[in-house]
Amino acid sequence: MTDFLLELRSEEIPARMQAGARENLAKLFTAELAKAGLSAGEIVTYAGPRRLALIARGLPAATEAVSEEVKGPRASAPPQALEGFLRKTGLTREQLTERDGVLFAITKKPGRATAEVLAEAIPAIVRAFPWPKSMRWGAESASTESMRWVRPLHAIVALFGGEVVPFDIAGITSGNTTRGHRFHAPAEIVLTGADAYVEQLRAAKVLVDQDERAAIIRARASALAAEAGLELVEDEGLVAENAGLTEWPVPLLGRFDEAYLDVPPEVIQLTARVNQKYFVCRSADGKLANAFVCTANIEATDGGAKIVEGNGKVLAARLSDARFFYETDLKTKLDDLRPKLEKIVFHEKLGTVADKVERVAKLARWLVEEGIVTESPSRRREGLGEGSATGDVAGGEVPPPSPPVNGGGELADLAERAAYLAKADLVTGMVGEFPELQGLMGGYYAAAQGEDPRVAEAVRDHYKPVGQGDDVPTAPVTVAVALADKLDTLVSFFGIDERPTGSKDPFALRRAALGLIGLILDNSLRCSDYDLFYQAVGNSEIGIGTVVAGGYFHDFIIDRLKVQQRSNGVRHDVIDAVVLPGSESEFGGERDLVRLLARVRALQAFVTTDDGTNLLAGYKRAANILKKEGVEGDQSWTAPTYTLEPAEADLIAALDAAEPKAAQAVKAEDFEAAMAALASLRAPIDRFFDDVTVNDADPAKRTARLALLARVRAAVHTVADFSRIEG
Amino acid sequence: MILTLHDYWSERGCVILQPYDMEMGAGTFHPATTLRALGPESWNAAFVQPCRRPTDGRYGENPNRLQHYYQYQVILKPSPADLQDLYLGSLAAIGVDMTKHDIRFVEDDWESPTLGAWGLGWEVWCDGMEVTQFTYFQQMGGYDMKPVAGELTYGLERLAMYIQDVDNVYDLRFNDAGVSYGDVFLENEKQMSTWNFEVADTDTLFDAFKKAAAECERCLEAKLPIPAYEQAIKASHTFNLLQARGVISVAERQAYMGRVRDLAKGACGAWMDKNGWAA
Repeated sequence: MTDFLLELRSEEIPARMQAGARENLAKLFTAELAKAGLSAGEIVTYAGPRRLALIARGLPAATEAVSEEVKGPRASAPPQALEGFLRKTGLTREQLTERDGVLFAITKKPGRATAEVLAEAIPAIVRAFPWPKSMRWGAESASTESMRWVRPLHAIVALFGGEVVPFDIAGITSGNTTRGHRFHAPAEIVLTGADAYVEQLRAAKVLVDQDERAAIIRARASALAAEAGLELVEDEGLVAENAGLTEWPVPLLGRFDEAYLDVPPEVIQLTARVNQKYFVCRSADGKLANAFVCTANIEATDGGAKIVEGNGKVLAARLSDARFFYETDLKTKLDDLRPKLEKIVFHEKLGTVADKVERVAKLARWLVEEGIVTESPSRRREGLGEGSATGDVAGGEVPPPSPPVNGGGELADLAERAAYLAKADLVTGMVGEFPELQGLMGGYYAAAQGEDPRVAEAVRDHYKPVGQGDDVPTAPVTVAVALADKLDTLVSFFGIDERPTGSKDPFALRRAALGLIGLILDNSLRCSDYDLFYQAVGNSEIGIGTVVAGGYFHDFIIDRLKVQQRSNGVRHDVIDAVVLPGSESEFGGERDLVRLLARVRALQAFVTTDDGTNLLAGYKRAANILKKEGVEGDQSWTAPTYTLEPAEADLIAALDAAEPKAAQAVKAEDFEAAMAALASLRAPIDRFFDDVTVNDADPAKRTARLALLARVRAAVHTVADFSRIEG
Repeated sequence: MILTLHDYWSERGCVILQPYDMEMGAGTFHPATTLRALGPESWNAAFVQPCRRPTDGRYGENPNRLQHYYQYQVILKPSPADLQDLYLGSLAAIGVDMTKHDIRFVEDDWESPTLGAWGLGWEVWCDGMEVTQFTYFQQMGGYDMKPVAGELTYGLERLAMYIQDVDNVYDLRFNDAGVSYGDVFLENEKQMSTWNFEVADTDTLFDAFKKAAAECERCLEAKLPIPAYEQAIKASHTFNLLQARGVISVAERQAYMGRVRDLAKGACGAWMDKNGWAA
């Protein structure tokens, strides 16, 4: 067994593309080997700014010989058949083998040297390599067909064992030489093979293993902070990015003027991270310190003094700009930015951002006045951060719907005010410079102009939750604004027929729906999505195809709910059984997401019990009979006048007892009790099917028994549409 | 510094040109870059180009943002295999010690929507400061580069600040006799910022834009790509001034940029035709 080393050395590969490149290299290599019937014992890939490498261990020296057998006609077949077969295989009659009266064409393919396979595979991989963006370069690029790579490709090392695998791609001949660090070891190095690769390059001041570079950055940056009596603000994204920008990472700690600490810490951190790729540090009191850690790519002869000084200056200039924006922004009240919002088009058919603000403010007030968002929303989650949102509405129990509050008082005023200010920071200098600070800066500016802290918090957090896993706001004012914002976005875009399709969701409507669901479930907001939709529609002055959009809105929310709940193990068919298409009344279709989830959980727990499985089977049998007989919907029930069979009488008695219990339990939102009521039907239904013939010769009995089955079906439907449940 | 760069690139086969005598936002607009980048012929040139970016004006109050500054531009076609080394050699020539300073090539893809041009490359960092834009042009005026040209754009003020170790551009020493950058340019920045942002007559500018666009088209009809391109540059700068005056809405902005792009593409196309080059 032999090892193979491949190194593709180029000009600097963007850091963000390196991980994907490693993955693709391994994948393509494995696929090319597989085509030749080869596989490596182990494949290791490395990526850095100037090289992409692969080591494949345990390759055989050659592929195995294979023999292919193609069955032909019988030996006794007419000559035409034989001729056809010979033509097809390109053989002569003498070359065929006869076995049991049948002719076979047997071709033996000898094994190929692995080096030969590699010499074809590598050029194929390089030509087909899927970089996110690639380019042409040099004299070769006079043709647009010239080779493409992420940046100019300079050299390829391909060593099988210690031997060069010879090939040529667009003027680059494979070899065994590479170069070390751009500044520390620029001379050519002759590589000996896979085993020594990492160490030979280490000697040339190149750490080829990205994980090793990351570990050094992580450890050294922390140590530098600790030596300065500080704590590093960890950031794995930065670790990876710096590891992708260096071949020989040397973290260095520098300081900036304390005066800049007046700028909000998030701004400093963002400036340092995004523009300069620096880490920041906290002091012992948990506050941001005036220190940064940059990662150089050289061991400077002066120990890095000049580098730290230079980086410090650049950061100071950045912070000076940031402070300029911050101080300028503070001079204008958020209220006074409204005219600017009137100039920003939210969407050409949906008016300006100012129009949106107007709609959101109205909706936020309504959510409070309607009692949907109340002063202390009952939180059902045990704590933040465990599991995904909306996890544990305990089996069947939900808090009672909040009584409508007239007016909503202070809370409504705060919600409206917060909504009114929420988007103003979009036209501030700071958010213009750093769009990702939207909300956060608004929060700072709102607090600075003396707004109620609850308003400032709502301005800050109203974009949340952004995606699954993000914290869901719980402060009532924030909840009202966040929910109103997302609701308006969804309804408005659906109203103008903008819907996500496939992978296209340019207005992030799926995320908005997930956010809306999270806000409702996490805060146990009791409302019907129908009411939310129509309020939002009524709020907007744009013409909306309401009926169509309303149905779509409901389906969209339920669809997102299924996606969101999948990770909690909630079955989509069980959700369907509770949701049901159609109107609110039919089968008691559920449009209150909190109650819906409680019902779903109770139902899912029930259908996996023995009682549940059997009841489901009984229900399906009854439903099938009814379907066959064309009995649809609820049937009026009158007690039969003939002599009942015992099982028949039992079932009627069981229904008499269970129906009111189930109805009562559903009304009281005690879904476990509702399930228990259904469970009491299981044995009588089973016995009914065992002992009673539905299709009796006596038409009166037949009709009465079908009506009884319809009653069973209706009773089950008071809890859920069991026909939707799989299995 | 400029002389050193001239020497360095001249020794490496570049023709040394003078600045183009029109207002433009970047050295890339110089016809020696835009038009000469097209076509199969070899072309190596280096020159200083004053750049005007009306919206970057800060009334002389920002330590490194200016509405008028200088770029040193090198264009090499086809891009030589050792372009990175050549570039690093030029840094060494102007006094950057690479055993003490951290030079890094950080991804930064370049695109000029008004020139219909894009390329891949980096911003070159020296101790965290961007000192050069390094680009392999892939398209110009909407045409694929055949072959690809390499473009280096040095920010002269930044490099000078770095080499002279000053924090404010206006403190740069212009000579050894005590003349500073501020002595030469501060008043200019103040007055031009005021004009760009507050005074420039927008009706005149709108009119100028229309006239430049119309003249560009007339030149294209007359199959005169160079004058057509000059008019495209004029339209582009006029558009930048209108932007600074804040009279172009977000929606209109795209339309104006598209208009300039069409003019620039037209000029590039006419240049290709004139030279008999296929697209």
